[in-house]
Amino acid sequence: MSLLRPFVGFDVTLRSRTRLVADAVVLVAVAVVFWLLLQLAHGVDAPFNRVSAPSSVSTDPANLPYYALRSLARMFAALTISVVFTFVYATAAARSRRAEMILLPILDVLQSVPVLGFLSVTLTLWLTLFPRTVLGVECASVFAIFTSQAWNMTFAFYQSLTTQSRDLDEAARLLRLTKWQRFWKLDVPSGMTPLVWNGMMSFGGGWFFLIASEVISVNNHTYALPGIGSYVAAASEHRQVGRLLLAIGVMIVMVVGVNVLFWRPLTAWAERFRTGDTASAQVQRSLVLDLLRHSALPTLVGRGLRPAGHALDRAMRPFGLADSPLRVNPYRRRAGDIAFTTVVLALIGFGTWKMLVSIDHGTGLGEFGHAALLGLATFARVLVLLVIGSLVWVPVGVWIGMNPRVTRYAQPIVQVLASFPANFLFPFVTLALIHTGISLNIGGILLMALGAQWYILFNVIAGAAAIPNDLREAAASLRLGRSLRWRTLIVPAIFASWVTGGITAAGGAWNASIVAEVVSYGGHDLTAYGLGAYITHATTDGNFAQTLVGVIVMSLYVVGLNRIFWRRLYRIAETRYSLI
Amino acid sequence: MATHPLLATTGEQTAIVEVDHVSKSFLSADGTTLPVLDDITLTLHEGEIVALLGKSGSGKSTLLRTIAGLIAPTTGEVRYRGTRLNGANPGVAMVFQSFALMPWLTVQDNVELGLQARGIGERQRRTAALNAIDAIGLDGFETAYPRELSGGMRQRVGFARALVLQPDALLMDEPFSALDVLTAENLRNELLSLWTHADFPTRCLCIVTHNIDEAVLLADRVLVLGSNPGHVKAEIPIHVPRPRDRRSPTFEAAVDQIYGILTGRDENPAAERVTTPGPLTHPLPAASVGGLAGLVEIVYAHNGQTDLPDLADELSFDVDDLLPLLDAATMLRLLEVESAQAFLTDAGRAWYTADIQTSKQLFAHHVVEHAPLVRTIVKALENSDDGTLRDDFFRDLLRRAYTTEDIEKQLTIAIDWGRYGELFDYDADIGELILTEVAAAVIPHLAAAADEPDGPHDQAGPADG
Repeated sequence: MSLLRPFVGFDVTLRSRTRLVADAVVLVAVAVVFWLLLQLAHGVDAPFNRVSAPSSVSTDPANLPYYALRSLARMFAALTISVVFTFVYATAAARSRRAEMILLPILDVLQSVPVLGFLSVTLTLWLTLFPRTVLGVECASVFAIFTSQAWNMTFAFYQSLTTQSRDLDEAARLLRLTKWQRFWKLDVPSGMTPLVWNGMMSFGGGWFFLIASEVISVNNHTYALPGIGSYVAAASEHRQVGRLLLAIGVMIVMVVGVNVLFWRPLTAWAERFRTGDTASAQVQRSLVLDLLRHSALPTLVGRGLRPAGHALDRAMRPFGLADSPLRVNPYRRRAGDIAFTTVVLALIGFGTWKMLVSIDHGTGLGEFGHAALLGLATFARVLVLLVIGSLVWVPVGVWIGMNPRVTRYAQPIVQVLASFPANFLFPFVTLALIHTGISLNIGGILLMALGAQWYILFNVIAGAAAIPNDLREAAASLRLGRSLRWRTLIVPAIFASWVTGGITAAGGAWNASIVAEVVSYGGHDLTAYGLGAYITHATTDGNFAQTLVGVIVMSLYVVGLNRIFWRRLYRIAETRYSLI
Repeated sequence: MATHPLLATTGEQTAIVEVDHVSKSFLSADGTTLPVLDDITLTLHEGEIVALLGKSGSGKSTLLRTIAGLIAPTTGEVRYRGTRLNGANPGVAMVFQSFALMPWLTVQDNVELGLQARGIGERQRRTAALNAIDAIGLDGFETAYPRELSGGMRQRVGFARALVLQPDALLMDEPFSALDVLTAENLRNELLSLWTHADFPTRCLCIVTHNIDEAVLLADRVLVLGSNPGHVKAEIPIHVPRPRDRRSPTFEAAVDQIYGILTGRDENPAAERVTTPGPLTHPLPAASVGGLAGLVEIVYAHNGQTDLPDLADELSFDVDDLLPLLDAATMLRLLEVESAQAFLTDAGRAWYTADIQTSKQLFAHHVVEHAPLVRTIVKALENSDDGTLRDDFFRDLLRRAYTTEDIEKQLTIAIDWGRYGELFDYDADIGELILTEVAAAVIPHLAAAADEPDGPHDQAGPADG
């Protein structure tokens, strides 16, 4: 005991000292963030004139940090909106039977719609809402990022709500929690893990849309927002390769920085919301989170906010208990259902008719056939991308995944590559295409692949790393040859991950086609034959009907392929090649 | 019968929860209704401990959840202190088999949750929770998260969370079955000592269990539930004086009596209506061939006769583990069960002592003759053009009487038995059943009985929910 005492004393002083340091660091960090936010607020509030609005930004490197921060602020604004949207939409879909009937199919379709095609439509809307400030264009950009992030998160949260443990649900009802209490004590915590992980993935994908939405061409007018995306566009316009490289460097710093300072701590913190007592194989750790935990500030802030929490808890009491009445009148319910369905179907029917009429007036319905043909060209590109991407990245992914030491180093790199916005690299590829004279019809595949291929690699690594050790040992002890080992062990084991990667890559490629089938560098414009180029041109020319036709046809392609092709593969993966 | 000290003197019985002619049915896979509870009437009185005992599928958990107001009865009603329930029962708290603690809240926060829901102030909440934590022996663990605790400690949190609300009645859904034997015994005794304490606010305990020992140890009254659909088979008051000793003759007599009732021929209301057993009325018990062989081997080793409570004890089996095996063995006529005793039949002896090939043939004969679903499958395959049929064909047949989940279970058992007897083969990839040559040898048996009506064409009967 006497031996232990000095150690205890030492530990205590040490802890209080690190605690003080932690407090100081956290305090300074908070102050800096506030200052930055104030700076950014000035910019957003700037007066704005539709005609004289800048169509390009300065490429002075001194502006780059400010631009980067503006872009970052847009990303986080979109993330915040996505989270709020997720909470409201997913809860409504999971808790109300009738809302579910509508909200779920909508979500299913929105997940696969090329959101970039809608940019022009929404910009017009936002400009009408905020005619005097840049806020309108800002909103359009944030909205574009939001539409790329939200569906994934909403779907994940909805699924966690509907697969909630029955016992916890019953406990919450018997404890007579109010709706508000149930949401924060049961619904949000139990959905936290999928929400955080999906948020992280969507955030990574969101960079792409940020870059694409900072320079918007609509109705023969180009709007440029101060941001890293418009910086790249301007640099590529002026053929400034050095500044392009600089922007790429800043982008990498930003992606890694957000990962270290935000997502890493968040995923480590979300560990506590894992249900079940199976310790996850890899516990997420984060230095930043450790720093926060050592600091007394979060606790102080928490204590300060508690009265507000209590007040909210009381204010939400009138909304009632999280329980539904046992007895319902079946006839009334049925009548309500019928009325509800009739109204919804009538609205959809009326809307469809109106839309078709307006398209007929604008371009004629024959345009659908033309667009479908263009869609086939884009589909061919997606197909080639998937085949070549798989041939290249599956062996690499398996090699990385089956070597734990390589996995440890390679996985973070691949993660950054996957969230690095591929459209940053477009100017370089365009330059190469112009020099070599290769048509964009083929080069477009490469452009689309720049962003999409990493999903295949990423998932295959995860799948290969999850192959049970005893199966690998069994294969080794049976002295299976290379081809037999691939056929009987590796391919079946990674099949499900490959399907997941493939479906994500295909979705990403369709979306990327909108920006990859029309590219320019220093005044040279290249255009490919495809649906993406069709949508882009329609948007730039302000041809609303053609944009609509293009987006509808592309959505039909994506949704149709998901239903016919990917779902079937999923089912095979689940029944035949499941490792459990 | 009242053991609660406060009420021992009055002897008057006040009802807390009344279950009045409650029936409950769920939808089967093809949309027809599947009864799970059939016309159940019971009352929980002040001052008593009631045990609901039954095999799996007797609907005992469903019954407990209708008492708690979590599930709506299809007909009949549940009343709490005279008021008909229309939502979670305000006078009860529940302890779950899986503990059902919020994994992201500390022990203290978990215990406080119900008080918070009532809008009780922070300081009062804290004191009440600390008292409950102390009373259940959890002090020192207030700031721990559930995942840091052992199963026994977690269930203590479950009890503290329920008891801090001072419920009128405490409902327990197999609260000890996820714990090891010693921990369970310890916790049972602590619950009893709380119960006998003079200022224990809860007036009634109701426990769902499949452990006969546990029921006799705790309860003043045991309600034995029968299956297909769940109904009250017997009500047995337990008059063994407390503290109860497992080795006392009265205790053993009570256990034997309940064993007899549970294993005795189930006066299955649906099965009585039809003369021939069919796959819709007589579901296959969930038993593997290996388990069956093991059971027969043990009975053989005991000179062809064993006492079931002893057997369960010896294997440390719960009724839930043992009964499906027993049911399967009696269905195939390998064993006979009479008043808590199992006897090896001649068929069983022959099966066990035969060499592997003969034993397979014997098994094939038994299942074709006595297992209704296997028999139906073999007959259907025999009548098909090429001796093959899709499994979906049988799914459709079973759809009328089972839920989707149970259809899969039934098919899995039938395929397992049929494959072992080499009657038919099954290609899981394309979902096809293929008749083997072995089956041809058994077909004459079938031909002899071919004119009797078979399962799928029978009057549909309710099945195990």
